[in-house]
Amino acid sequence: MDDLLWIKDLRVWVQDDLGPRELIKGVHLKVGAQKIVALVGGSGSGKTTAGLSILRLLAESMSIRGGEIVFEGHDLLKCSPRQMQELRGRDISMVFQEPLSAFNPVFTIGLQVFEVLRYHTKLSHGQIMERVEQLLLSVGLDNPSQVMRSYPHQLSGGMRQRAMVAQAIALNPKLIIADEPTSNLDVTLQAQIIELFRKLRDELKVSILLITHDMGVVRELADEMAVLFSGQVVEFGPTKDILSNPRHAYTSELVKILQ
Amino acid sequence: MNRVTEKHLSRFQMALAKIKGNRLAQACLILLACLYLGAIFADVLSAYRYDDEDRNYSYCPPMMVRIFDKNGRLTRPYVPGVYFNFDENHKRVYHSDPFKKYPIKIFHKGYKYKLFGLIPCQRHLFGVDAPGRFYLWGADSRGRDLYSRILYGARISLSIGLIGVVISFSIGLLVGGVAGYYGGKVDNILMRLCEMFMMIPGFYLMLALMVVVPANFNSLQIYLSIVVILSFIGWASLARVIRGMSISLREREYVLAAKAMGLSDLRIILRHILPHTMSYSIVAITLSIPGYILGESALSLIGLGIQDPVPSWGNLLSEAMGIVRIKFAPWILLPGLFIFLTVICFNVIGDALRDCLDPTLETERK
Repeated sequence: MDDLLWIKDLRVWVQDDLGPRELIKGVHLKVGAQKIVALVGGSGSGKTTAGLSILRLLAESMSIRGGEIVFEGHDLLKCSPRQMQELRGRDISMVFQEPLSAFNPVFTIGLQVFEVLRYHTKLSHGQIMERVEQLLLSVGLDNPSQVMRSYPHQLSGGMRQRAMVAQAIALNPKLIIADEPTSNLDVTLQAQIIELFRKLRDELKVSILLITHDMGVVRELADEMAVLFSGQVVEFGPTKDILSNPRHAYTSELVKILQ
Repeated sequence: MNRVTEKHLSRFQMALAKIKGNRLAQACLILLACLYLGAIFADVLSAYRYDDEDRNYSYCPPMMVRIFDKNGRLTRPYVPGVYFNFDENHKRVYHSDPFKKYPIKIFHKGYKYKLFGLIPCQRHLFGVDAPGRFYLWGADSRGRDLYSRILYGARISLSIGLIGVVISFSIGLLVGGVAGYYGGKVDNILMRLCEMFMMIPGFYLMLALMVVVPANFNSLQIYLSIVVILSFIGWASLARVIRGMSISLREREYVLAAKAMGLSDLRIILRHILPHTMSYSIVAITLSIPGYILGESALSLIGLGIQDPVPSWGNLLSEAMGIVRIKFAPWILLPGLFIFLTVICFNVIGDALRDCLDPTLETERK
C-alpha cells in the first residue's frame, strides 16, 4: 500500500452531439512515492482526460462512470467538491501543455504564483514574496525578480514552462500531473525540462504522472509507463521492461519509432 | 536563456496614447474635469449659500461686471446696485443704479462653511459687500443666486452618476460572472431575473419605486434612495453581456489551471474572468453614467427627486417648466445646459474609449 495514486478501472463517458459513448474504457495504473510514471498514448487516446479525471476537472460533457481513483488511501471520486478544492494544488497539482494559455495574460507571473500561496497558506505578504522568488530560482529562472514582474507573453516558452512548474510546486504537492510538458519546446529545452523534473523528484520527493506521446522523453525520464490505446491501458510496467519487450502491437509500434 | 523581451505598452497606456490624439475627447475630458472640480470646490467658488434668498431680487437678471464708472473712467471691477419697478403687466423690471457701486472682491469674506467638511473657512473666490448682491447668472424666483445653486447642484447631479455606476456595475459584473461561470440552472435563474428587470420600462419602474420612498426622508436619504433605485434598474443589461463573455472565458485554459491550483470559484470569477471583461465594462460604464444623471434630473424635475431648497440640476430646471418664466427669465434654463454638456462629454469620452479599447472596431475602420 505505499502507492501514492492508484487508478482502478477508470471509465469516462462523454455526452455530445454524437450521443453518449465511452471515452476511457478502463485505465489502470499505479504511481508509487517518488516515482515518475508515464502515461503514453496517441492523440485522442484519452490521456489528457485521464489526467483531468484525477483532479475531477473534466468538462461538463464528460462524466466518470466507474472505477476508483485512490490517492493516499482515499477514493477521490467519493470526495466532496470542497475536499477536492482543498486537495488541488496542495496535494496534487498540474503542469499544462501550453503555459502561455495556462497563465492569465493580464497578470504578472509573480502575482499568479503569489495568488496560489496567498490563497492556500497563512504566510505574510513578505514571506510569500520571498517564497515566490525562491521557487522561481529553484526551477532554474536565474533572474526571479524580473520574471516576477513580467507578463506571460514577455517570457520565452522555456521560461514560461519553468514558471508553470514553479507554480505547480508552490505548495509542495505530493503528485504533479504533467500534461505534455515538453511537446511545445525544442529539443534542448526538452532536455532541460526533463532534467528539472528529475531534480524535482529527487529534491522535493514528489511523484510525477507524465502524460506524453514523446517516447524519447519517456525513455529518459519514466520509471514506469502505462500505454493507453483507444481508451484502455494495454500495458503497464517498468519502462525498461516494456521498451525491451513490448507485448501489445501498439507498444511495439511506439518502440520502433524510438529506434 | 533568461532573456525577458522588452516591455510592451499596457492596454491602458495604449488607450491613453490614443485619447491624446483625439482632440474632441480631450476637450470633453477637460470640461468634465472642470465641472467636477467645480462641484468639489462649490463652497469656495460660490458667492452665496444655496439657500440664501432675498425676495427683493426675484428673477433678477444676470449682472454684468463693469470696469468703467459713470464718468467713463477705468475703475476696479464692480457691479452696480439694482432697483426695480413694475411694468404694465405687474412684472418686475430691474434697472441698474448708477450711484451705487459694489466693487468685486477676490477672496471675499462671505458665509461660513467647512472646506471638505473639515476646515472652517469663510473666504470665497469672489463676492461683494452687503447690502449689494451679485448675481453672475441671475436669480431664481426667491432671489437665490443661480450660479451658486448650479455649483451646489453639480455635487448631487455629478456624483449620482458615479456612485450609481459603481453599485450597478458591481452587481452586474458579479451576477453576470456567476451566471456565465456556473451555467446551467444558476444561469437560467439569474438571467430570467435580469429579464424581469429589463422587461419593465426603466422610467416607470423608477417612478413606481420612488413612490415607495417615505415622504419625510431628508435630502441625503432621498439622494441615497435615488442612487439605489437607479442602480437597481441599471445592472441587468450589463449582467447579460458579462454573462455571455464569461461563458467563453470560462473555457480558457488558465481558468482550468486556476481550478487545478485549487482556487475557489469566486476567486476565479473575480481574478480570472472579470478582468478580461474590463475593456468592455469601462466603455459601458462611461456610456451609462449619463443615464444616471438624466434619471436623477428627470425625477427631480417632476418633483419626486431632490427637494428644494437643496439644489440639483434637475430640480433647478423644474423652475423652468412654464413658457412665461422661460420667456422673461431665460437664464433659469442654464442648469439644462450643464446637464447637456455633461451628458455629451461622457458620451464622447465613452466613444473615444471604445475606439481605443475595442480592437475589432479598429480593423474594420482601416
